[in-house]
Amino acid sequence: MASDAITVPVGQTEAGPWVDELHQWLTTVDHKRLGILYIVSSLLFLAVGGVEALIIRIQLMHSHNNFVSPEVFNRMFTMHGTTMIFFVAMPVLFGFANYLVPLMIGARDMAFPRLNAFSFWLSFLGGLLLYFSFVGGSGLYGAGSAPDVGWWSYAPLGARAFSPGHSSDYWTLALLVSGFGSIGTAINIIATILCLRCPGMKISRMPLLVWMNLVMAGMVLLAITPLSAAQIMLLIDRYLGGHFFDTQAGGSAVLWMHFFWIFGHPEVYILIIPCFAFMSEIIPVFSRKPIFGYPVMVAATVCIAFVSMSVWAHHMFTIGMNSYANSFFTLTTMVVGIPTGIKIFNWIGTMWGGRIQFKTAMLFSIAFLFQFLIAGLTGIMMAASPFDWQLSLSYFVVAHFHYVIVGGILFALFGAFYYWYPKMTGRMLSERLGQWHFWLFLIGFHMTFDVMHIPGILGMPRRIYTYEPGRGWDTLNFIITIGAFIQALAILVFLTNLVISYFKGARVGNDPWDAWTLEWSTSSPPPAYNFATVPTVASRRPLWDLKHPEDPDSRYE
Amino acid sequence: MLARRTKSNLCGGWQIVLLLFWSASALWAVEPDGTPGHGTNIFSPASTPAKSIADLSVFVLVITGVIFVVVFALILYSVIKFRARATDAGSEPAQVYGSTQIELAWTIIPILIVVVLFLATARVIHAIQDAPEPAGAVEVTVIGHQYWWEFRYPKLGIVTANELHIPVSDPSHPTPTFLRLLSADTDHSFWVPELAGKTDLIPNHPNRMWMDPQHTGVFLGQCAQYCGTQHAKMLLRVSVDGPEDFAAWVRTQRRPAVEDAGAIAGRRVFEGNACMNCHAVGGTPADGRFGPDLTHLMSRATIAAGAAENTHDNLRLWIQNPSAIKPGSLMPAMKLSDADLDAVVSYMETLH
Repeated sequence: MASDAITVPVGQTEAGPWVDELHQWLTTVDHKRLGILYIVSSLLFLAVGGVEALIIRIQLMHSHNNFVSPEVFNRMFTMHGTTMIFFVAMPVLFGFANYLVPLMIGARDMAFPRLNAFSFWLSFLGGLLLYFSFVGGSGLYGAGSAPDVGWWSYAPLGARAFSPGHSSDYWTLALLVSGFGSIGTAINIIATILCLRCPGMKISRMPLLVWMNLVMAGMVLLAITPLSAAQIMLLIDRYLGGHFFDTQAGGSAVLWMHFFWIFGHPEVYILIIPCFAFMSEIIPVFSRKPIFGYPVMVAATVCIAFVSMSVWAHHMFTIGMNSYANSFFTLTTMVVGIPTGIKIFNWIGTMWGGRIQFKTAMLFSIAFLFQFLIAGLTGIMMAASPFDWQLSLSYFVVAHFHYVIVGGILFALFGAFYYWYPKMTGRMLSERLGQWHFWLFLIGFHMTFDVMHIPGILGMPRRIYTYEPGRGWDTLNFIITIGAFIQALAILVFLTNLVISYFKGARVGNDPWDAWTLEWSTSSPPPAYNFATVPTVASRRPLWDLKHPEDPDSRYE
Repeated sequence: MLARRTKSNLCGGWQIVLLLFWSASALWAVEPDGTPGHGTNIFSPASTPAKSIADLSVFVLVITGVIFVVVFALILYSVIKFRARATDAGSEPAQVYGSTQIELAWTIIPILIVVVLFLATARVIHAIQDAPEPAGAVEVTVIGHQYWWEFRYPKLGIVTANELHIPVSDPSHPTPTFLRLLSADTDHSFWVPELAGKTDLIPNHPNRMWMDPQHTGVFLGQCAQYCGTQHAKMLLRVSVDGPEDFAAWVRTQRRPAVEDAGAIAGRRVFEGNACMNCHAVGGTPADGRFGPDLTHLMSRATIAAGAAENTHDNLRLWIQNPSAIKPGSLMPAMKLSDADLDAVVSYMETLH
């Protein structure tokens, strides 16, 4: 099939001195290299955001702690949230999409390679801009400071009256710049999928990962644009005398909330849908069965995308909307649970009757199923708006969304790392370290985020730098902090594994997992041109057809 | 109207899960020294809105709990039952692509669950949000400020801060309290978990909430919407008083400030410095509104929005250097001399 190599002129493949190598990485327009750049840059930001989380956790370890000042604490949770969402989760998922989508549809590269490079550098430099606020935050006024208005920067806290200096401008500009990058990437993914599929790959034969990234990219276009618009309006307020959100001059704080959350909620699905995509590739391969109910999975994804565009105000149940609005958003939010539930059932259906291999990638995927189930159910609790009047803005909601983002998204991502690392590097990640990573992270995760629900029920609000003794929150917070450190340890094991395995991991051939999608038909790592000859597919699992000519999928589809 | 809502019929047979959550939370609400917690537990409701929320919550918890057990068991079963075994080396399992009937089943069942959950929820939303205000209700205007609460009782002519006093509401003769929520600066959120769910205080966006506490005592809460540097120490105390106590409290609060000739020096310091630009003392020229009204400061148990107990030493420290108690507080250190400081503290201590 596509694995015959093309003879490339010698000069191009020869490893140059490191300056040349660096130059190649910095100027690359290759989707695989850009994918890896996205992934590596998000790992750097993950480490930074993780340290911020640890500072938060140390401060909250017991009541009236003085580890950091309230000012520093407020900066930490603002930077932690902003970093993790915009400079870790989104780029790492874009990285995987960049790497995998062209390979899975048998394409040579993304549709617009230069736009691809431009988008990456916008996102990455946006992140650097955010962190430059630590030194440049107060501009000419003296010592710097990072933004401290929370990752929503609710009006009017983000107005100049309450956020003087330039710290929140760095936040605004960083999100604006990286937002343009995200829009570029989304356009690129959509164009690639619609235009560059190999012969035979009808839209109904695309791997689910490709389908879900298509949906994700569509959502990025719809969700990031209102955020960018709001950021521009905020800049107009702050520097050109606008009054969109300036409540002192008749502006509307609620308007900002709508703008932010009409981005913010779809954003959750922008992050989780690519993780559904990972699950939909990993679970079938390690269960040795095709995905259960492919058309339903596609329909459920599209359905989630549509419905999730109409649920944003469930982040605003406490702002005093009328009872009709609260009922409407309760209903739409609960409705999202239906297609999401269908997905979980289909993954179980895929495992049902299979022969499950417990590789590290599969362990993370199974943990994803459990945790995403719980995250979804606590989501249903908060969809019931009266329940949310108690839980919203408390530690319960913090536990809930970390359950989604860590227990769901991060676990799925770890699965993806263990699954596709061999394709990206040509070497296996150590399964032994992988087991350590998995179990440590699982224990740390549950210690932190299971327990975190309880202080919320006991009335502990989020974003407080300290709390009063005697409310029953002390012991719980202490346990949560220990869990956070266990997670940090697990992340260290993971990073070590990435580095050690890069040099010492077992070498692999094209297809270490005996998988079925096109990326496994080319060498590991794939050559710059991906496929020597353009592949032709006849079913959703081209490599199954190849390996089982007596019983090809194409006969049933 | 209010009596009708005192017991939602949702809670019927769902006591088991309630018990589970209750016991878990009660366990944590008891501090090592054995004294019961001050009560910020959403599952110990003491007022109708909090109660109907807790009942609904238990209903939702039971349904989600059942879903959890079923799906969890399914995942666990398939993971254990369908694990790869040494005996099936090399061979692939039957390749199953899907089943329309099964897909339909696990679509329709969740739809039904959503319908039930939505109807139960909508009922509670309506009952709480659209409750009419009865004639005898106490009205309070709550104004959120960066890091403290201003309470104004327009009908009673009372202004106070940080410690809200409201009457207990006897179900047979309800006297609920209706709050009108405003903000002077950024967004805040009024949250006293055992009395009601939280509602935000947003500038240019007046909100409303109500509560009808059914027993007396002090209920704790705090600002729940991030409002700036000292969001953490924007604490909230609601004192639910018996009818006589409440009437007595109202009588005291309506009086102008006590004039104590012994504290005249302190009053001069207070009025001669910037203190009176921000603080009001009823019956004197001091009528600032930027900070808490001090007319009856000594009737409050705490200062600095609950950040410290209202004692002589704390009061002195607070006036001398507010940042020592609450870094980021908007009250400036007035750099008073020790003599002036003592004088002004003595003046404050006459404001009963």
